[in-house]
Amino acid sequence: MAGLVILVTGVTRFIGSELAGRLAGNPAVDRVIGVDAALPEPAARARMGDADFARVDIRNPLIARVIEAAGVDTVVHASASATPASSAARSMAKEMNVLGTMQLLAACQRSDSLRHLIVRSTAAVYGASSRDPAIFTEETPARSVPASGPGRDAIDIEAYVRGFGRRRPDVRIAVPRFADIVGPTVVTPLTRYFGIAPFVPVVLGRDARLQLVHESDAVGVMEHLAVGDFAGTVNVAGDGALMLAQAIHRAGRLPLSVPAFSLGGLSRAMRTLRLGGFSPSQVVLLSTGRVLDTSRLRERAGYMPRFTTVEAFDDFAATLRPVLAGESVRQVEVRIAGALGVRPEPVVTGPTASRRVVTTGGVAHPSGRAAQATESAGGVATTTVGGCADDPPAADSDRPGADPDPDAGTGGRPRLVGITGDAAGPVRRRRTR
Amino acid sequence: MGSTDTPGGRRAASAGPVPSPPTAGGTVGLEPAPETPDDQPVHAAIPASGIRPYDQPMPDIRQNAAEAGWRRGLAGGLAFLRRRMTGDYAVDDFGYDPDFADTILMPPLRVLYEKWFRIDTVGMDNVPDTGGALLVANHSGTIALDAVMTAVAVRDHHPLKRPLRMLGADLVFDTPFLGPLSRKAGNTLACNPDAERLLSCGELVAVYPEGFKGVGKPYSQRYKLQRFGRGGFVTAALRTRAPIIPVSIVGAEEIYPLIGNIKPLARALGFPYFPLTPTFPLLGLLGAIPLPSKWIIEFGEPIPTDGYPDNAADDPMVVFNLTDRVRETIQQTLYRLLLRRGHPYLG
Repeated sequence: MAGLVILVTGVTRFIGSELAGRLAGNPAVDRVIGVDAALPEPAARARMGDADFARVDIRNPLIARVIEAAGVDTVVHASASATPASSAARSMAKEMNVLGTMQLLAACQRSDSLRHLIVRSTAAVYGASSRDPAIFTEETPARSVPASGPGRDAIDIEAYVRGFGRRRPDVRIAVPRFADIVGPTVVTPLTRYFGIAPFVPVVLGRDARLQLVHESDAVGVMEHLAVGDFAGTVNVAGDGALMLAQAIHRAGRLPLSVPAFSLGGLSRAMRTLRLGGFSPSQVVLLSTGRVLDTSRLRERAGYMPRFTTVEAFDDFAATLRPVLAGESVRQVEVRIAGALGVRPEPVVTGPTASRRVVTTGGVAHPSGRAAQATESAGGVATTTVGGCADDPPAADSDRPGADPDPDAGTGGRPRLVGITGDAAGPVRRRRTR
Repeated sequence: MGSTDTPGGRRAASAGPVPSPPTAGGTVGLEPAPETPDDQPVHAAIPASGIRPYDQPMPDIRQNAAEAGWRRGLAGGLAFLRRRMTGDYAVDDFGYDPDFADTILMPPLRVLYEKWFRIDTVGMDNVPDTGGALLVANHSGTIALDAVMTAVAVRDHHPLKRPLRMLGADLVFDTPFLGPLSRKAGNTLACNPDAERLLSCGELVAVYPEGFKGVGKPYSQRYKLQRFGRGGFVTAALRTRAPIIPVSIVGAEEIYPLIGNIKPLARALGFPYFPLTPTFPLLGLLGAIPLPSKWIIEFGEPIPTDGYPDNAADDPMVVFNLTDRVRETIQQTLYRLLLRRGHPYLG
């Protein structure tokens, strides 16, 4: 049997491009075709490695011809469910996500060669409220279905995927539901939120559990599902949880508690003063905790995340410039203790919420931040220090709104590989405004 | 099982040196702050399962502080602040933050427990040292102080200082400040998935099936158990085969004698009831001070649930019978304890 021929969508972003590159290097895979409406940035193109690139918008019927012509048997829809910050980008992303997925599924349904379909979804489909259990399994019904936003989109997308499954029972479908993805490279509204310094706004009187998945684990799970045989829905998250305020402190920042109703004003003021923006609705979402049960991922899908939630966050936080470094806090403690004439307690580097330490590497993981960076180097071969210099290309390549306007960053009209699907971009852009 | 350090060793191995509490006393007086393994702050003992091992004793903060005096306490406080500022602590999947709960929440509650309510605990040996168990208790007192005091009782007076994971109403977790605080204290929403997950993790879980009907009942109805929900707690225990421990709390009824309920105000504020007590709201904030009644908390004989067939949780008859049995046990114990206590305030 020949190897797989895989189509990966959304390769201008980190997850898509990294996944395409990894799959291209997988011995079980013959050919990888990355598609996107925009040309990938050089960094993303480099991540794609041996994968081919076809510039085609998944909302364009041409996608069916790509699938047919290349004899694609596995479609990995990696670009769904971005979470844009602004409302203008929201409607754009909704069109891209929901309608794009519909068109892609329509193309898949016509394909005789298709055998496997992987659609990336998000844990936002569960919503989060005080009436929900603390931990969600794949079967937990959502008590507070999100009315709009990425969660709503993902619910719609999953519904279309189920419809596709009924019409094409011969296709293996896997739908991973990801917790928020963080890492040194990926740029999302969440990572931008933690980049606000020195005070990160949180809702007054709320502190919720946060669960994260590392970018290398996210790519790893997608790859595992693409070449594996798991079918169904599966939660993907790093082990354990951390509190929102705790995460802000770990990033070397301070939480600023403000009443929920003043978040909008604060957000506008901060944007005006160029202090970094955040989405008020996102902050409210972060104030209701959600933790996923990942036993299905381990036991049935057979994937062990390498990073716990805390490790994933620390790996991401190492790229931020701390306003309040751990060492200086310790110095202040020692100084105060000295002034009071008491001996300060030693700092104990105990593992912080690193569950299942055995599976992650045998030895208990030291929670020191320096150690995190070295571990991450294996998974993601990018520079993790000097985040400022590395940010702009990553931000562009991963900006959720990047796909619908392909010529924004690339300048001239690029030459395509085989297929011309580019005309759709500027035209559709005019229509939506 | 008299020794406390045997069962903890297996899990503690992943979390650094095994704390050896029994030997700590030997170094007192030699050094002000001996660098023995019991210097481990409480948060370092979170095991590989993400949930604190019930079978491993907590490093006793009070004892350490008494040993080395106020200096030790001050250094501990500074270290706590440092851990907060750097985020160097651990929470489990439910949001339980042992470092915060033991350092911030417990000390004032302990004063309330020992000095204000003068609580006697009876039958602590009925609470198992290992494995999950479901504690079912009566609920009273206008605000749920009885639940908090039960948690203090188990945390402080159980030989292994096990944390008590209580199940609360969604209103608790909806309330700003109280909601996050309650999660940090180890509590979670009263629903079967959470209860069963905690029980199968081997935790001590407490449930108050009367809910708001119990806490918000008028003073004239004191010590009369209300309806025991729909028996969801019994199905949780049956599914996880955890024993049910009936807990009877005497004393909480008298802390805020509820003589009236301002229903329109309650509706407007979204509360299940708006209490009118002899002191509240008459005396304003002063009325929020609980009356110093004398309390007794009795942990009853465990009711095993492992003798039932596999599908017993889906058999309403079994569930009803078991619910009634638990309810009856608590009611009878309450009558007995009331006789034993005598005067509500002088005890």
